[in-house]
Amino acid sequence: MKKAKVEAKTKEIVKKHGRDKTSLIAILQDIQEEYNYLPKEALCAVGEQLEIPISRVYEVATFYNSFSLIPRGRYLVEVCAGTACHVQGAFNLMDRLQRDLEIKRGETTPDNMFTLEEVRCLGCCSLAPVVRIDGNIHPYLTQDGIPKILRNYKTGVTK
Amino acid sequence: MVNFIIDGKKIKAEKGTMVLEAARSNGIDIPTLCAHESVSRSGACRLCVVEAKKGKRAKIVTSCLYPVEEGIIIETNNERVMNVRRLVLQLLLARCPESDVIQDLAKQLGVDPQPRFTPDGDKGKCILCRSCIRVCEEVVGVSAIGFSCRGADKAIGTPFSEDSAVCIGCGACAFICPTGHIEMETTEETRKIWGRTFKMKSCAVCGRYFAPEDQLKYISKKTGVPMKELAVCTNCR
Ligand code: SF4
Ligand code: FES
Repeated sequence: MKKAKVEAKTKEIVKKHGRDKTSLIAILQDIQEEYNYLPKEALCAVGEQLEIPISRVYEVATFYNSFSLIPRGRYLVEVCAGTACHVQGAFNLMDRLQRDLEIKRGETTPDNMFTLEEVRCLGCCSLAPVVRIDGNIHPYLTQDGIPKILRNYKTGVTK
Repeated sequence: MVNFIIDGKKIKAEKGTMVLEAARSNGIDIPTLCAHESVSRSGACRLCVVEAKKGKRAKIVTSCLYPVEEGIIIETNNERVMNVRRLVLQLLLARCPESDVIQDLAKQLGVDPQPRFTPDGDKGKCILCRSCIRVCEEVVGVSAIGFSCRGADKAIGTPFSEDSAVCIGCGACAFICPTGHIEMETTEETRKIWGRTFKMKSCAVCGRYFAPEDQLKYISKKTGVPMKELAVCTNCR
């Protein structure tokens, strides 16, 4: 990624929020949305623009789980590990996903398609166990249902 | 003036004084790790707990952050307080088993390592009190260091764990750290801290190496005092 390009884009995002220190998190969210992660160049640019020391920006960026400092894949696969999903066997789904995607929790597939993560309650316990992929909730998921869902994302059937 | 009682002693103090200061200026000792006069308070170590009694309610508070109140009754070492303080120390001891400062405190209070708190091996001596970050931001004004992550992964360091471009090598963080977590190596001509090596400046008069060049440049820029005047150490000025 071109440094100048990232900086320009960051500037644009910061401007949209009015160069206000209190908008830091909202700005980081927009950057994450844009790149699927927080590039270092963007973080440095945000610090400069908002006149916040980079050490403070880094604290915020590393504090929240929804921010990632390493590139994420096209689709974020989030396995809910909240209580309801846990007792419904979410760990089995995680096992299966790790096997099918051939990556470990927290990693990204080499083709940059999927990033696998575990999250706490997604707020839809009645649908347990759930996996959220690219923002879509997949309810009452079973291990056997996984291959088809992944295939649909891969082939672009699900967008 | 506010009137109150600490350990049975009638005490007067200015409004806004913290219980810790009121106690100390009356010869009552309360152990602390994170409270430091040069930086704002964080209330992070929890070692300074005392019991504050107001009417019928008695609660455990951190004395370093609790302003004195009219008629309040403070106890600094009753059984309840000591139980809490010992627990805090047990936890600190499990986090930083190698810290001599914490070991000494534990010995003083008769605290032993607890089998139920598995000791950490990767936290060094850092108790996450934030004093170093505060001094770097509030006193020095460069904000070179900060925490990263949170929970069990929270750690002190430079952003991206890389050499900091803004650090001036002043060593204030190492100086303020209550447990000696921050490593600083000073030889005659160089000082190593946070992975960077700084060149020390020698005094134009006595020749003694007295401060990192980057720090003097920073002071000069900030105060407008020319570098030439700063080239002489404090002893020779
Ligand atoms: S390094 Fe020292 S001063 Fe800094 S947070 Fe850790 S214990 Fe506190
Ligand atoms: S001295 Fe009060 S919490 Fe550390």
